[in-house]
Amino acid sequence: MGGRLFKDFSLVAATLSLFLLVGIFAILFSYAQTSMHEFGFDFLVIDQWEADEDDEGGVFGGFIPIIGTLLSTLIAMVIATPLAMGIAIFLTEIAHDKIIKPFSIAIELLAAIPSIIYGMWGLFYFAPIVQSVFGGNGVGLLTAGIVLAIMIIPFMAAITRDSMNTAPDVLKESAYAMGATKFEVIKDVVMPYSKGGIIGSVILALGRALGETMAVAFLIGSVMSIPDKITDPTTSIPVLLANNFAEAQDLELSSMYYLALILFIVSFALITVAKLYFIGKKK
Amino acid sequence: MNRLLLNKIILTLSTISALVGIGFLFWILITLTYKGVSSIQLSTFTNDLVEGGIRNLLVGQFTMALLATVVAVPIGVMAGIYLREYGGEKRMTMVIRNLSDIMTSAPSIVIGVFVFAFLVEPFGTFNGWAGSVALAIMMLPIIIGTTDNMLALVPKELREAGIALGGSKHKIVLQIVLKAAKVGVTTGILLSFARIIGETAPLLFTSANNQFFTMDMSGQFPSLTVSIYNLATYPDEASRELAWAASFILTAIVLFINLVGRYVTRNKH
Amino acid sequence: MTKETANPIMEVKDLFFTYPNAPEPTLKGNNLTIYENKITAMIGPSGCGKSTLLRAMNRIHDLYAGCKYEGEINLRNLKNNKMENTLNLKKENQLIGLRQKVGMIFQKPTPFPMSIYDNVAYGLRLKGIKSKSELDGRVEKALKEAAIWKEAKERLNDSAMGLSGGQQQRLCIARSVALKPEVLLFDEPTSALDPISTGAIEELISELKKDVTVVIVTHNMQQASRLSDYTTFMYLGDIIEFGDTEKIFLNPDEKLTEDYITGRFG
Ligand SMILES: Nc1ncnc2c1ncn2[C@@H]1O[C@H](COP(=O)(O)OP(=O)(O)OP(=O)(O)O)[C@@H](O)[C@H]1O
Ligand SMILES: [Mg+2]
Repeated sequence: MGGRLFKDFSLVAATLSLFLLVGIFAILFSYAQTSMHEFGFDFLVIDQWEADEDDEGGVFGGFIPIIGTLLSTLIAMVIATPLAMGIAIFLTEIAHDKIIKPFSIAIELLAAIPSIIYGMWGLFYFAPIVQSVFGGNGVGLLTAGIVLAIMIIPFMAAITRDSMNTAPDVLKESAYAMGATKFEVIKDVVMPYSKGGIIGSVILALGRALGETMAVAFLIGSVMSIPDKITDPTTSIPVLLANNFAEAQDLELSSMYYLALILFIVSFALITVAKLYFIGKKK
Repeated sequence: MNRLLLNKIILTLSTISALVGIGFLFWILITLTYKGVSSIQLSTFTNDLVEGGIRNLLVGQFTMALLATVVAVPIGVMAGIYLREYGGEKRMTMVIRNLSDIMTSAPSIVIGVFVFAFLVEPFGTFNGWAGSVALAIMMLPIIIGTTDNMLALVPKELREAGIALGGSKHKIVLQIVLKAAKVGVTTGILLSFARIIGETAPLLFTSANNQFFTMDMSGQFPSLTVSIYNLATYPDEASRELAWAASFILTAIVLFINLVGRYVTRNKH
Repeated sequence: MTKETANPIMEVKDLFFTYPNAPEPTLKGNNLTIYENKITAMIGPSGCGKSTLLRAMNRIHDLYAGCKYEGEINLRNLKNNKMENTLNLKKENQLIGLRQKVGMIFQKPTPFPMSIYDNVAYGLRLKGIKSKSELDGRVEKALKEAAIWKEAKERLNDSAMGLSGGQQQRLCIARSVALKPEVLLFDEPTSALDPISTGAIEELISELKKDVTVVIVTHNMQQASRLSDYTTFMYLGDIIEFGDTEKIFLNPDEKLTEDYITGRFG
């Protein structure tokens, strides 16, 4: 007695997460219908987000938030990738044994700090610096991108370090035994050996940057306009949702669901590719 | 270029990036501590938001996170048990395992949107239940993942020895295997709790926020993180100071739970 | 007796070696001479320090901070025939130079995650050789010397990971041989291989000694006696005895050596 029930209950629990995923997709898809019928795929290229006076309809296109999301993510990735690689190299190949532990903990703590803290810190301490160095009014694509980078660096560094650590010592030693320098060993042995994990970590960080809300919400400026310069304010999908979702009605609300659906599909695809193809299936 | 020089340059750059990383950690923690500590007063803890304190916010945030934990932990642990102990090599097991793994990285704002659709809109009001459910959805895949991984570390022999003594499968799972994996699973629960207690995006339009103390989950519910977002953008100095105080306390809580989690595992291994 | 013609190429003198944070030295005053174009076998029970001594000879220990050496490991400079203490080398490029002269083959085959060709060309490219024709020639020569040309020539651009264990080990030997080292250090090169692959590697090593001096650590007594000209027996960080292989196996001076060889302990 009990055994059967226990097993069945555990099966139900396991299937629940499947239903959740399907449920999220189904809900977003069905609530986005109105907007999909109205705008179709043109939604992706319409650069307007304006409600009509009578509050009934309007023109809602995803172009600006999509571009804002992509650009802020791009800036973040360009900054974060080399730095994260550097940190991973430092932790696996350079640091003394005594430093590795406290340093790793520090990096993991940095990754644990809630994103709203990054946003707030960025707004009050980092935005003024960006403003005085690059001009603009402090908030904008560049500030959002840089703080986003600071936020994903520890995450990316930690996964990269873990996969670089899988390169066996003997393999490295045999490269050293042929007269390779440390950098050559990293470049020719460690990196190729852990290639999958490294690419996977970059993609995962990319997924995280795309979907990040709070750090960006403080910093991107939240205005519906296409940025001309890198310091210009604009908006992103998560930020638009965070600020305007609760007040939206009818067609605008449906368009918000459409945006959420796009974000969900893109992140889902990226994470799937990173986890299944590069980092390896979970056994 | 000269090989040795290139080597030096790259190694130096790596070391610099490590210092930059650590530099940011200190920079953030120091400004946060400085701003936070100088803004904290006794009334910060005893007053509710409406009177310039965070008492109701802390209670609200913890209530939602704890409720999420109470829901997500049993379901997540059971699901993990299914995947590792009953699922075997079935295709279905693999699919669930990988999808749940993918869910751990789903954008949190999207989860907020999802929960809004079925727990806020139909009832016409933001409510604490919705906030809790959103947090539970964030937590669930993390718990499934750690349980699954920790059970995988339990040696096969332990299960076989249990069977050899004539135990039934579910008793062995509960009394031997899960016990052996207890520390790892506990750490996973702690770390995922630390993660959801600091979440903002899934709460913005589920629980939303409340200036007053309330335990009524069927209406707008106080949230520390949502308040920080609101307060920080108010122009008045008092609001900003409260935002710093709240941020400092939130970060302290999150990092403390993280360190406890790490300490628990370290003592085990 | 081959001794008359033997010419020292490496001398270990009063070598003490201490691992980081170890309370006492692992090698306790070792003295050993390695002769040119001979095969020297190192035998002894597990943990006696064979690998430690071998890894001191090309300073691979230096990858891990905090290792301490005392004493000398002299390597003959082939240009002026002078013995030079390799423990005095400090600069990175000096260590690189040393490791190119004193190569090392490990217990498990260690093909790099690249093609067969690139594996062999790896060390040559590090040395700055870029010309395709020269690389081709030297890769082919090395693969032939390591007796793996026949199996590899059709698949030079395939990943080295696809080779069998024995083939991988021969590839690793080719990779080292391509650098024309003076000394090759082998740390139990066949203990992860099947008997047939082992035979092939042993044959290869005997061939190699025409061009290079070999030091080989092994737990296989037959291998040591079949293969080597000299044998050294180590015990608890000391070199107990060194001499002609025949003598060590048939008529050792030390009781400890005899006990070990006859299998009375270890
Ligand atoms: N990295 C290290 N740090 C500290 N001590 C070490 C280290 N590596 C080896 N030792 C110790 O040094 C001693 C000699 O080890 P070594 O590996 O040289 O033995 P060995 O003769 O090669 O043994 P085996 O035949 O098992 O390979 C052993 O007691 C070992 O525990
Ligand atoms: Mg050894």
